[in-house]
Amino acid sequence: MINPNLNPYVPHEAIIVERIQETPDLFTLRIEFTDPEIRAACKFEPGQFNMLYLYGVGEIAISIVSDPLDCLIIDHTIRVVGRVTRGLANLKTGDRIGVRGPYGRGWPMLESKQKDIVIVTGGLGCAPVVSVINYIEQRREEFGRLNIVQGVKHSSDLIWKERYDQWRKLPDTKVLLAADVGEALWPWHVGSVTSLFDQLEFDPDNVSVMMCGPQGMMRVVCDHMLDNRVAESQLYLSMERNMQCAVGHCGHCQYGSNFICKDGPVFSYDKIRHLFETKGF
Amino acid sequence: MKSERYFFQTSQLQNLLDKLQDAGYTCVGPQVRDDAIIYDEINSVEQFPRGINDQQQPGSYSLNSNQSTKFFSWANGPQAIKPLLFTAKEKLWQSKQSTDGQITFKTCDPDPKPIAIIGARACDIAAMKIQDQHFLQQQFVDPYYKARRGNLLIIAVNCSHPADTCFCHSTGDGPFVDDGADIVLTELENGFLCEAQTSQGEKILHGLLLEDCKNEQLEESERIKSNASKQKRKLPEFDIKSRLFNELNNDAWHAIASECLSCGNCTSVCPTCFCHGENDVPELDGKSSAHFREWDSCFGQGHSYIHGITIRSQTSQRYRQWLVHKFSTWHEQYGRSGCVGCGRCITWCPVAIDVTESVAQFVDRRCD
Repeated sequence: MINPNLNPYVPHEAIIVERIQETPDLFTLRIEFTDPEIRAACKFEPGQFNMLYLYGVGEIAISIVSDPLDCLIIDHTIRVVGRVTRGLANLKTGDRIGVRGPYGRGWPMLESKQKDIVIVTGGLGCAPVVSVINYIEQRREEFGRLNIVQGVKHSSDLIWKERYDQWRKLPDTKVLLAADVGEALWPWHVGSVTSLFDQLEFDPDNVSVMMCGPQGMMRVVCDHMLDNRVAESQLYLSMERNMQCAVGHCGHCQYGSNFICKDGPVFSYDKIRHLFETKGF
Repeated sequence: MKSERYFFQTSQLQNLLDKLQDAGYTCVGPQVRDDAIIYDEINSVEQFPRGINDQQQPGSYSLNSNQSTKFFSWANGPQAIKPLLFTAKEKLWQSKQSTDGQITFKTCDPDPKPIAIIGARACDIAAMKIQDQHFLQQQFVDPYYKARRGNLLIIAVNCSHPADTCFCHSTGDGPFVDDGADIVLTELENGFLCEAQTSQGEKILHGLLLEDCKNEQLEESERIKSNASKQKRKLPEFDIKSRLFNELNNDAWHAIASECLSCGNCTSVCPTCFCHGENDVPELDGKSSAHFREWDSCFGQGHSYIHGITIRSQTSQRYRQWLVHKFSTWHEQYGRSGCVGCGRCITWCPVAIDVTESVAQFVDRRCD
C-alpha cells in the first residue's frame, strides 16, 4: 500500500538485484527498495504496476510480474521500445533506479477462486498476464481448469517458449499457441487465435476470462465468450494508455470517465463495453 | 458561513489592498498587459483596469475605454485563478546520482507565499472548486496544489459586464458568486457591497471603513445581477451528457475537425482543464536532474501516444475527446459538467469555434 503521507509524485531508490535477458529485446529487472521502511511497507497484487525512473531520462509504467508472496524483490519484465526502456536495458545488477507504486487495480484473483480460468494474450507476449499465470501456478489447487492461449503474428515472435512448456506440465492446464504465419518446425497451430477457442475447456457459468493485448484481439475474444454465454462481468481486460503521473491527475490515461492508472488497468467488460467499440477513445 | 452585507466607498479599495498586504498577502489582481486583462501582482488601485471594457467574440478579444469610473466593468481575460494553484510549469522533485551510483530524491516544496487574488469571477471560483475536487479530493492528494490552495485568499467581484462569449448563467455558475470565496464584492456606482464568506475574509473586511448597506444599494446589486444574467450565449437545453456520449460516431465531429487547428488554445485557457505532462531535465554537469510537470493538451499528438501508437491520431478524435470529456464523462468523475461557461475557449480559439454551437449541433432532431 502507498503511504498517503508521502508525496505520491516522488520515486524511491531501488537496487537491481538481478537482470535477466529474456529475448533480444525483452529483459526482466528484479529490484529491491533500498530504504528498509519502504521495502517493508511494499505490498502488491497481480496486475498492478510500478513507475520506474531512469536517472536523468524519465519514468515509465511497468507491470509487476512476480508473486505477491514476496513483496521484497519485485520483478518487472520490460520490452525495449523507447527512450526510458532502452536506457533501463543497459543497466546491470547493482545499478540503482527510482521506483514508485504499486498503482492500479489488478486482476480479480480472489473473485476467481475455484473458477475455471481462460487467459488470452496476443501480440508480442504480455507481462500483465504472466503475473496471473505465476499466481495460479503457486496456488494451483485454488483454481479450476486453466487455459492459456497466446496468439502471435509470426511464429518467431513467440517469447518464453520454455515457460509455455513449463506451464503445459501444470495439472489440469491447457496451453494453446497460434501463429498467423508459422515457420518450419512450428509445432502449434497456424491461423488465428480464435480458431483455437473450440479447444478451450471451461464452464461458462463458472469462469474468469483474463486478457491482454491488442484491442482488436480482445474484442474477438469478448465476442466469442459472449456467444458462449459467459457473463460480461466475467471478462477482464487489461487496458493500456499513456501514463505519466499514475495517480489520476495528469489526464493522459483517461478512458471515458475512467483513469486507467487508478480505476484500472484491469476492467471487466461491462464497465468499458460502450467505449470499446469506438476507435480513438 | 455568510456574514452581513456592508458597503464601502470606492476610496476604501486601496485600503483593502493595504490591509491584505499588512496581513502578509501578496496581492494579485487584474491589470492591462499586451492588450488583455491579466492577473499579476498589484500594489495600487491605479493598476486596475478602470474604465476599461472588453469586447469578446469568437476568435477575438479587444479592450476599449468607456466613460465608466468602475474598476471591474469587464468580463474576464485569458486566465485567472488556475495558474496560481496549478502552475503552467513546475519542478516536482530533483534527483542526484553520486559517483558510486546511489540516487537520492529531493522533493521541491512549493513556495508557500500567501496570495490574495482580487477580482476573481464566479466562473473562476466554480472552476477552482472543480480543480479542488480533482487535485485534493480523490485517492491521491496533490501536495503542490494543496500547499498553494491553503495559502490563497479570494476576493471575488460579481460580474456586471459579461462578454458576448459568456454563458455562465446557463451552466449555473454565475454571474454572481454563491460560495467558495473569502470576500465577495459587488461594484456599485459609488462603492462596493461586500460580504465575507470565511472568517479570514471577515477579518480583512473589518479593517475597512464599512457602512451599513441601504435598500437602494441592495436593489442596485439585484439589477446588476439581473442584467448580467441576460447573456447572449447559452448551452442548449437537451441532455448534453447522454446525447454527446451516444453520438461518438456522428459525422459532425469531422465537420468540426475540418475547422479545428488542434492548437490547444482552448485547453490552455480553460479554467478546469487539468492535463499535464511530466519530463526530466538533466543538469549540464550530469550530477543532478530535475523532474518537471507542465500543462499538456488532449489536442497534442503526444497526449495519447503509447509504445509506437497514437490512439487519437485524428483531430476529430481529439476534439471529440475534449468535448465529450468536458460535457459528458466529467459528470461521472466529478458529479457535474467540466464547463463553467466562462467562454474563454470561444474567444481564444484562433478559428472561432464556438463550444456552445459545437454542443448544440448534437440536438436530437428526431425528437423535433
